[in-house]
Order: sequence, then C-alpha cells, then structure tokens
Amino acid sequence: MSLTTQDVQKIARLARLAMDDTEIAAARAQLSGIFELIAEMQAVDTSGIEPMSHAQELSQRLRQDVVTEPNQREAFQAIAPQVEGGLYLVPQVIE
Amino acid sequence: MKWEIVIGLEVHTQLSTHTKIFSGASTAFGAEPNTQADAVSIALPGVLPVLNQGAVERAIKFGLAVGAHIAPRSVFARKNYFYPDLPKGYQISQMDLPVVGQGALTIQVEPLSGPSTGSGLKPYEKTVRIIRAHLEEDAGKSVHGATQNLTGIDLNRAGTPLLEIVSEPDMRSAAEAVAYAKALHTVVRWIGICDGNMQEGSFRCDVNVSVRRPGEPLGTRREIKNLNSFKFMQQAIDFEVQWQIDTLESGGKIQQATILFNPDTGETRSMRSKEDAHDYRYFPDPDLLPLDITPAMIEAVRATLPELPQAKRERYTHEFGLSAYDAASLTSSREMAEFFDASVTMVGAANAKLAANWLIGEVSAQLNRDGLDIAKCPISAAQFGGMLARIADGTISNSGAKEVFRALWSEGGTADAIIDAKGLKQVSDSGAIEQIVADVMAANADKVAEYRSGKDKLFGFFVGAAMKASQGKANPAQLNEVLKQKLAG
Amino acid sequence: MLNLSLQQQGDALRAKKISSVELTRLYLDRIATHNPVLNAYVTVEANKSLAQARAADAMLANGSAQALTGIPIAQKDIFCAHGWRTTCGSKMLDNFIAPYDAHVISQFNAAGAVNLGKTNMDEFAMGSSNETSYFGPVRNPWDIKAVPGGSSGGAASAVAARLCAAATGTDTGGSIRQPAALCGITGIKPTYGTVSRYGMIAFASSLDQAGPMARSAEDCALMLNVMTGHDPRDSTSLVRDKEDYMRELNKPLAGLRIGLPREFFAEGLSQDVAACVQAAVAEYQKLGATVVDISLPNAKLAVPVYYVLAPAEASSNLSRFDGVRYGYRAPDYTDLTDMYEKTRAQGFGAEVKRRIMIGTYVLSHGYYDAYYLQAQKIRRLIAQDFVEAFKQCDVIMGPTSPSTAFNLGEKGDDPVQMYLSDIYTIAVNLAGLPGMSIPCGTGANALPVGLQIIGDYFKEAQMLGVAHQYQLATDWHSRAPQGL
Repeated sequence: MSLTTQDVQKIARLARLAMDDTEIAAARAQLSGIFELIAEMQAVDTSGIEPMSHAQELSQRLRQDVVTEPNQREAFQAIAPQVEGGLYLVPQVIE
Repeated sequence: MKWEIVIGLEVHTQLSTHTKIFSGASTAFGAEPNTQADAVSIALPGVLPVLNQGAVERAIKFGLAVGAHIAPRSVFARKNYFYPDLPKGYQISQMDLPVVGQGALTIQVEPLSGPSTGSGLKPYEKTVRIIRAHLEEDAGKSVHGATQNLTGIDLNRAGTPLLEIVSEPDMRSAAEAVAYAKALHTVVRWIGICDGNMQEGSFRCDVNVSVRRPGEPLGTRREIKNLNSFKFMQQAIDFEVQWQIDTLESGGKIQQATILFNPDTGETRSMRSKEDAHDYRYFPDPDLLPLDITPAMIEAVRATLPELPQAKRERYTHEFGLSAYDAASLTSSREMAEFFDASVTMVGAANAKLAANWLIGEVSAQLNRDGLDIAKCPISAAQFGGMLARIADGTISNSGAKEVFRALWSEGGTADAIIDAKGLKQVSDSGAIEQIVADVMAANADKVAEYRSGKDKLFGFFVGAAMKASQGKANPAQLNEVLKQKLAG
Repeated sequence: MLNLSLQQQGDALRAKKISSVELTRLYLDRIATHNPVLNAYVTVEANKSLAQARAADAMLANGSAQALTGIPIAQKDIFCAHGWRTTCGSKMLDNFIAPYDAHVISQFNAAGAVNLGKTNMDEFAMGSSNETSYFGPVRNPWDIKAVPGGSSGGAASAVAARLCAAATGTDTGGSIRQPAALCGITGIKPTYGTVSRYGMIAFASSLDQAGPMARSAEDCALMLNVMTGHDPRDSTSLVRDKEDYMRELNKPLAGLRIGLPREFFAEGLSQDVAACVQAAVAEYQKLGATVVDISLPNAKLAVPVYYVLAPAEASSNLSRFDGVRYGYRAPDYTDLTDMYEKTRAQGFGAEVKRRIMIGTYVLSHGYYDAYYLQAQKIRRLIAQDFVEAFKQCDVIMGPTSPSTAFNLGEKGDDPVQMYLSDIYTIAVNLAGLPGMSIPCGTGANALPVGLQIIGDYFKEAQMLGVAHQYQLATDWHSRAPQGL
C-alpha cells in the first residue's frame, strides 16, 4: 500500500508535527514500507471475532469520591516552560 | 411555503462530585488557578486515570430519572485533538457504548414570541426523546488577555466529571428547545446530580439547528456552542433560524459549522479555531477497563431516587384535580414541590387546590419581588399550612388571609397568633350575620324597595354595607347567602 | 562482590561485611570508568544514591532491613523518580525533573534499595537497538561495536557490565527480553497487570509491562517480589494476593512439558541461534523435561498487528508532550499551532515521529476498521493460539531474538528490518502473557544467545524455577564480558 504526499501531510498536521517537503517525502517512503508489512493482516478472516482491547477480561474498579490530592502548583509549575500568576501561558488562542 | 425548524440539544452537566472523574483532586468552584490541578489533571507523564464511583452513580441516577436503559457494560474512549486546555491531547469520553441509553423527558412548552415560535400560543405538553447520555471529562479554561498575545491556562476544571445528555432532534421551535433545556435543568437539580449553576458553567447547552421544508429530509445543521442561559438560547436560536432561512431563500447553502453566540450583538458567528477538519481518532482507552454496572448497583441508586417531577405532576392532576399548568408550576423545582407537598400534608388533599393557588399566586409573586428562591422562602411550609388551614375552616377571609400572609412574611410567628393579635377572625355565626343584615336592611328600607322592584344591581351595595358594618369580618359566602335570602323577602 | 547474587550481596550487607555506601561507591566508580564508553546511564547522581545508601545502612544497623535493602539498582529512565531527571530517552524530556515517584520506584524505596541512576533507552521505548535515544546509543559490553538491543538497552548493558546489581526494564514488544538476550542476562516480563504502570511513561498502554533484568533467574525472582503488587492508581493493575516468586526455584523439572512452536524455528532464524536454543532444549530433556511440538498459527501476524496497535496507542499517549506544562518547548514560533508543531518536531526523534504518524493514520477516519479493529481481532486470535498451546504444555520455549547482537548502524534506515528483531517476543505482549529470556550460549561471533521461556498467565514462579534449574546445570548466565 502506498501513501500519497497529501496523506502524509494530513497525518503530520493531525499529529502536530512540523515537516518540510524533504521530510514528508522520506516519511512517505518509510511509511509505505511499513504499511506493506501491516497489509499482511488484511487477508485474515476475522468475522465473528471480538476485538481485544485488554489482556485481561476485567471490569473497571471504582474510586471513592474523596479528595486525596493536595495543591502542588508550585512544584508542578517549577518545571513548566512559561507560567504567570499560576497560569500556564501559551500563544494566544483564537476562538 | 413555510420552513420547519429542527433542533436537537447536547447538554453538558457538571456532576456534583467532590473530586474529578479520574483523580482525587477537588472540583470546588472558584479556587486559585491550577491549585486543583493535580498530576492527573495536568497530565504528567506516567499518570493514569481511575474512575470516580460518584460520577458513575450520578449517571445511573440520571438514566433512571429519564426512564433510560443503563448499559450493563460501557466503554471509555479517547477523543484526540490538540488544544491547550486539554492537557493529555485527548479527552476521555464514551463513544460506541455510553453508560445511559435511550430515554425521554416530558416538557411543558410555553410558546414564546419570535420568528421560531411554535404551534399556537397555548401551553402544551411534549415528549422529547433522549438518545444517550455519556460520562466524560471537562477541559480546563483559557484565560484571555492576562498578558498581551498570550492565553493563560487554568486546569482546575480539567477532569471535572460531565454527563453529556444528547437529545433527538425533536424540538420544532426555540420555545420547545428552551422548555426542554429547562426541564432537563430541573431534573438534574431535582435528583441532585448537578448544581445547575449556569453562570459557573455547571449546565452548558450546545444547540444543533437546521431548517427544512416540511416533509423533506433534515437540513444541514449548525451547532451553537456553549449557551449558558435560557435567554441567550432563545436569542441564539431565533437569530440562527432567521439566518439559515435568509441564506436558503437567497439561494445559498448551509455549511455544517460550529458557531458561537455573542450576547452583546445577539448574533452567531463561526468559530475560527475549529476550522481544522475534525478527525478525532476515537479508540477505546487502554488505561481504563470496561465499566460494568450490575443490577445491584442500579437498585442501590434507585433507592436514593426521589419522586420525580413527572410522577408528581401526574399525582397532582389526578389526586388533587390540579390543572396541568398548576402541576407544572409546582414542579418547577424540587424545593417548590416539597413545599407544596408539606403544605398539603397539613391541610389535606381537599385543600390542595387552595395551597396550589396560594403558592403559584401570592407566594411566588412575593418571592419574585424579593428576588428569592423558594428554598430561601421566609415562611416555612408549616407556617404556610397553618394559614391555609384557617382559610379552609373559614376562620379568616381571603383579604384577612392576605394580611396574615404579609405578617408571616415580614414578622414570622403563626397564623393563629396573627389572627388573634390583629382581630382578623371572620364572623361566621349565622345569628350575628342575620342581625347585621337585618340592621343594614332596616337602615336602607328605600333601597330594599328599589331592589325588590327589580334593581338587581343594588345587591353589591348591600354586600358592601353589610361587610362594612361587620368591620370586614363577616364570612363573605355566608353573608351573600343571607342577604340573597332576606332581600328576596 | 560484583558477581555475587542479590541474595549473597544482601547477606553480606546484613552481616556487615560491606556497607551499602561502600557497595554503592563500588558501582559508582565502575560507572565512572565504563559509562563513557557504554553510555548505559543517562543520569547518575552520586549524592542522591549515597544518601539512600546511608539510609539503607541505618536500616541494616537497626535490623529493619529487607531482602534488597542497601542494594544498588539501576532504574530505566522511563520511571518517574521524584527529584530525578526522567527523560524517557527523549529531548522532549531532557529538562524534566519528575515531581513524583512511579509505583515501581516507591516499591524499591520502601524496600530500602538504592537508586543507582537512570539507564539509557530507546526514545519513549520505541526501538530494538537503543539507537533511537536522544542521549546516544548504548554499547553492548560483549562487543562495543554491537548494539545492546532495546528498548531497555541501557539496563541490559549495565547489568552485563556489572555497573549495577540489577536493573528494571519495561517490555512492550520485547524490550526486556530482546536486550537481555543480546547482552547475555536474564530478564522477565511478567503477566500484564502484575506490575503497576503508574509513573511509567506510557508507550502502548495495553502492552507495556515492567519487569526485572538481572544476572540470574533467582535475582529476577527477588526483584519481582519487590516490584509486583496491586496499585489502586493503575486501573489495569491486578488485584491478587502477594506471591513469593522464589517459591518454585528449587522445584525439579521432571515431567515438565516444553512446547516448541514450529513457527519459531522457521525461516528468518539464524543458524547459530537455532543451535544454541536446540542445545538448551536438549539440556532440559536431560533434566527430565519432555518436548511437545506445538503450533502458534497466527504468531506470524504479531508484527503487523503490533505495528498497528502500539503506534495507535502511542500516537495518543504522546499527545501530552505539547510544550505547555512541562518538557521541551521550541524557542521560536509564530502562533499556537506553530508552537505545537515545532515543539513536537524538534522534541521527538525520527522513530518516535514515525510511530506517531503510523498511529495517527491507522486511527484516522475511514481507516479505523481496516487497521485498528482488524488488528484487535487478530490480537484475540493470537491470544487464543496460546490458550490452545498451554493445553498441551507447561511452558513454551524458543529463541528470544532471530540473531545475536547486530552492529550499530547495521539496520540503517530500514525500520521494517528493525521491527522484525522482535518477531518472537511481540505475540507474548499481545496476549498479555509472561515471558522471559535467559542466556543459553554464544553465537558464531561469540555474542550471547537468549532462550525465550513463555509461561501461562501468572506462572512467573514456575518459569523462574524452570530458568533457575537450567542455571544450576549450566554457567551461561554467570559468564561476563571480557575486559570489564
């Protein structure tokens, strides 16, 4: 299976990865090779097979609705790229 | 040719849990920015979600309240997109298998004026189908304008549990949409799963609007995001409907879009940042196992469910003979209904109508004047019932009752004490009333003659004179009766 | 001291023949000498390690010491350790000082073990050669031209070179077993859900599982005793009684049925590896085991299935690295989208970006059913193959890796060739089964060969016993690379 340049550009945009034309071309070649490998599974008849999301057939455990987490803003924001007044700062968001 | 308006709602209700849906951080409103953003809320590398039982119970409770199927197994999925208020780069939500399945909500529609006004002008009842309700996490908040060209991100709200309630596109007017939103607002507060505070964003409505020619397939819809008042909802729908009709009638086409309502201009506009063709790449969240809800869990929640508005309305109309309108008014909130129920317990079902009239009339008006909610009513149901009992047994007249009510409102006490202190007890002794009537007739013999010769209008004069003579205390019904009898000769 | 087992080191500490500070210094000195060549560690903080060693000495003095108290353990740099730089092998987290402890780290801290440092790894655990690390490749102590395997390559290299007493690793598609095989050490990936993933930076959540890497099965058992146990902070952590993984070490092998999947001995397996594995099986037969021919008909699909599911989960797991709250942020950008795109393009290496792209694609609109759902269905078929197989045998054996360690740069730019290094290990992760690798010989180039042992769910104690009995009868596991 072969991906188009547009496919690769679209994926890069969805994944928020800046890629120039050279990188797009290289990625296209490599991804096409990987999808050839993946294509092996297309031939398998899986009708009636339940998809398997988890290794164990278990149910979700529930947590009691009790506050356990203290304020750790100072520690957490000590490692943040840009903060001010307790807020994380990012380039302006336009809605 | 007329246009038909088609409206469906997606309502995000913040569940009233103490902690977030996937972590033990507090959900209290109004904290300093990011002081309730724990490791899970800010999506530190390596942290994992664990589901809050309180959120699950509230979802079940809602499902039971709208007669919906509770899924024995539901699954959490990741909805992937990048946004600074979404710390993981995905929102944990439910896609294919939501916790609450199909249900329905009966609404009382009061037609509003406007271009999207529905059929007729009389109030009517309608059932809106609910497609599903699913659990998901809220995003954080963007704070604009803190610093130039920068947006601040506060993740205190990130991870607050939401129940997203999705309706069928069953509504045909802004009035119906507002009535549905109000009914839903009532229910979620009624069963205690959401505080309903729209200013604080606890109850947010996305409205899908389209128009079509009757009988034709559904038109392309545009989604008005994040409406946080019923007034804005009506304005936004009215504007949007007119815009769509104008667009179509001038030969244009509607493009599917997400739009925002600007309350300052009363207009809607497309969101710029969401132009990106959405591809959310949903897939089951591998960090969370399927949520299995057992019949025992459902029964445990059912046991905590109060009598619901719909059941109460039916009881009020069937047992008490109230009108649908009165029943709807009394069930506009759980506090109102409980106030009414407590009053009726005191005065008996025979006087339920009396209680209803007073609550919807005098009490509601006074609450409105004072800007109060029934929960903050200065008169207790016991005080109110005490007053009703005196009206019912004829101790006080209607005008006397109003005086008692004003005194109860401003000074408190009991109806009986006020009646005594103010001498409001009405005269119901038939001998005394007959004496008053006889005295009035004797003093106005000329008018008696005129009346008897056919001047019926004078009856009012006699009532007034007799009432005055009794210092306003005569039982009006009795007085009328005696006057009629005596004047007839 | 360096060649003593963990139990013997613990005995020496408890007998006060050596202090934890002395033992820790011994390893820190060796790291200082050899790490410049091997590059097995990304972060060493002697002061932090020695402070823990002093605390351990206090525990040893007051008699509250446990089995691993005072023993220096290397931690894969995928585990968040409070106050330690935790990079996950990525530029994205080059400056990330973890503000909390992973469950695994807490368990070792509670046991009084010493954190000796953070080991190098393929970036975000994506790789089979340790060449994708932002901090440079790790070298194989058996031959510094060769790769140590990956992604837990730093851990494997450190254990093999005696730069730690034992190490932790994680295994999503073979990341404990393959480097263990290539470096001649013992490593076990337990049943999915046995070790909490809390604080372990996620690659593919439904496959990731932590485990020990050490010089012997016995050491691994001791490590597992510390690492396992229910953790309420991980929804996939299993609620099970605490077990003693040492309990079956001395169980004789008579009557043990070993399943040999025909598919593991077919085309693609190099001759020298096949010979060593067959010799190991013969040794087991001498020890009383019998051999059963079994089939895992869908195992050949494990690689394609894995390269759909793991990248899909990874593409989503790695979305949090956006330059907003922690980690790398690009220095120059024009707006929000540009900040995201540059941060991620500069912060992630080529292999990570490749897998994010694969995952994004297979989950995107119109492809989900054909790729993701189909892969999940075949995942079930692969798991069912094992269920059938374990009706006929007690353990499954085969090669861990199709070849011995290859040279740095040898697989070059062909990701598919690299992906095929994990051809025998991936199915185990898809099924969620426990799997381990033990050294069983050397290949044509005198590099170690690993024997893979796959057990049924929760049969770690049995597998460790099976491995231990072999290690009592042979000495492959105690051989050390020359010149160190």
